Amino acid sequence: MKIKRNTKIMMSICLLAVLVLVLPLMNACKVEEVKKVGISQIVSHPALDATREGCIKALADNGYVDGENIEIDYQNSEGDMTLVDTISAKFVGDKVDVIVTIATPNTLSAIAAAEGTDIPVVFSAVTDPAGSGMVESWESHPNDNVTGVSDMIAVADDVDLITQIIPDVKTIGTLYNDGEANSVFLVEKLKEACEPLGIEVVERPVSTSADILTAAQSLVGQVDVIWIGTDNTVVSGLEALIGVCEEENIPLFPSDVESIERGGIACYGFDYYDIGYQTGEMIVKILKGANAAETPVEKGKIISLSVNTAAAERMGVTIPQELIDAAGIVYDE
Amino acid sequence: MDYVINFLSGSLYEGLVYGFVTLGVYITFRVLAFPDLTVDGSFPLGGAVAATLIVGGVNPWLATLVAFIAGICAGLMTSLLNTKLRINALLAGILMMVSLYSINLAIMRRSNISVLREATVFKKTAQLFGVEPTTTLSVIFMVVLAIIILGILNWFLRTEIGLALRATGDNEQMVRGLGVSTDMTTIIGVSLSNGLVALSGGLVAQKQGFSDVGMGIGMIVMGLASVIIGERLFRPRGVTTILFAVIGGSLVYRLFLGIALRLGLPPNNLKLVTALLVIIALAIPYIQKKVRREWIPPAARM
Repeated sequence: MKIKRNTKIMMSICLLAVLVLVLPLMNACKVEEVKKVGISQIVSHPALDATREGCIKALADNGYVDGENIEIDYQNSEGDMTLVDTISAKFVGDKVDVIVTIATPNTLSAIAAAEGTDIPVVFSAVTDPAGSGMVESWESHPNDNVTGVSDMIAVADDVDLITQIIPDVKTIGTLYNDGEANSVFLVEKLKEACEPLGIEVVERPVSTSADILTAAQSLVGQVDVIWIGTDNTVVSGLEALIGVCEEENIPLFPSDVESIERGGIACYGFDYYDIGYQTGEMIVKILKGANAAETPVEKGKIISLSVNTAAAERMGVTIPQELIDAAGIVYDE
Repeated sequence: MDYVINFLSGSLYEGLVYGFVTLGVYITFRVLAFPDLTVDGSFPLGGAVAATLIVGGVNPWLATLVAFIAGICAGLMTSLLNTKLRINALLAGILMMVSLYSINLAIMRRSNISVLREATVFKKTAQLFGVEPTTTLSVIFMVVLAIIILGILNWFLRTEIGLALRATGDNEQMVRGLGVSTDMTTIIGVSLSNGLVALSGGLVAQKQGFSDVGMGIGMIVMGLASVIIGERLFRPRGVTTILFAVIGGSLVYRLFLGIALRLGLPPNNLKLVTALLVIIALAIPYIQKKVRREWIPPAARM
């Protein structure tokens, strides 16, 4: 009796599995010409979402429209690391024509999964591709079927901008998640940029966006300004930081355009949409037959100055008129 | 056909490698009745230790072994907090889990270590047999490793200490009455459990090409879900079948997740699917009893 029931359960599971597996298989047989693009994103987040949208737009602008002549399989692991590898394995199993990865961990996973196959990996929004072993070097990586666009920000330019707006700055505070590789890297860059200018950096590591408020309050009275990098945790909880900065008149300098719109003062940033667009153009080349191993890694190109005059006023600073004139994007409310 | 084989072998690999986490969770939650949450920290601990050592040039086999031992140490700490300082089991696990976040960051000195360019146990095995490090190879590797570990566990749980361990979870009073130290059995069980979890973390890091401080999130839920699925689906009796059922539960769980993903279910909903799966697995016996009009015990709280 017991064995019978078990067999029944097992059989129904097998049946279900076979059904589910055969359906897409039949689908796959119908269309031959359609190229498959697998997009693996680590988590939903305005900057990363913008990257993906820019990427899909660039593909469409170059004649690769999802559902017509390409099939975009978009998978988001929503921060679940056990899924990152499942998604990479799925793309390799599906034999997609190119794997597009948005952020660092899923890029590493996709490269590991695609090893031994001829599937190229194109990454986007990765800060330090050479340092994390994705490619041998930025320019030449003949053995790696990998390329992409880096979102390495020019931290030194941001520091320069801060000194232009607040000339007597002595200490810069920064919040970052010490669990994010990119952020740790950027804070190192910040210290490098500040040291010759005699500016002191005060670090406040956080582990979740719930820690931001406490960390920001602990900086009150200790720092002249707060600068934050492209940190996923801090940027997701930016409003808490903006609240403290407005209340205590501490100028806040984020480093991506979306955060300026949300209430930061100014940055030399790129729009992540543009980074995505740039990645999309790279994917187009690869879909047309370019070799990823021969395509150099690019840096995010379009760097423009964005300022938010209203936010500056709320934090008690005035942005010099020449900077406002030079800015590519000005938010005034 | 490639598609099906790829899918099945991918799920098989994942089911086996996360099966060690399931075994660990099974030992604490079911065998010892010790709700140990250290798992979410000891899994990335294994990854952190293995990856850091491998990048430092240590032989990957040795690095994996050290990861296993590191997990044992983490479990040892949790069980000592519980048995020697009398801290509630749940709380002891949570305390260790949070501490391990900082410890893992301190070990790696950053949040994410890449082992893409390094020698891993999978690449070493491939070299040994002169083949490419493919998914098929990692499946064979995992099958062999799983058989070895199941064999050892099967032997261990039948030894005198193993019997005392199993009895501790069933009736602690009786075990004490027989003159066995339940502190000792708890320490051994929790340490072994976390060792297995860290071993899994070490292997996962090597396969996926990186170790990340966040890779343990949700591990305990996944482990529990797999244990419950295995128990309900295969209805094991006796040590050997239980061990196989636990691994089987992990396989079925991964298969389900894979199917859900392939059906186009957004990954944000996967946690909900996991919860539903567990609820269904838990509710089936109740419904069966209800249909047969059998006696149903009152709802349990623990």
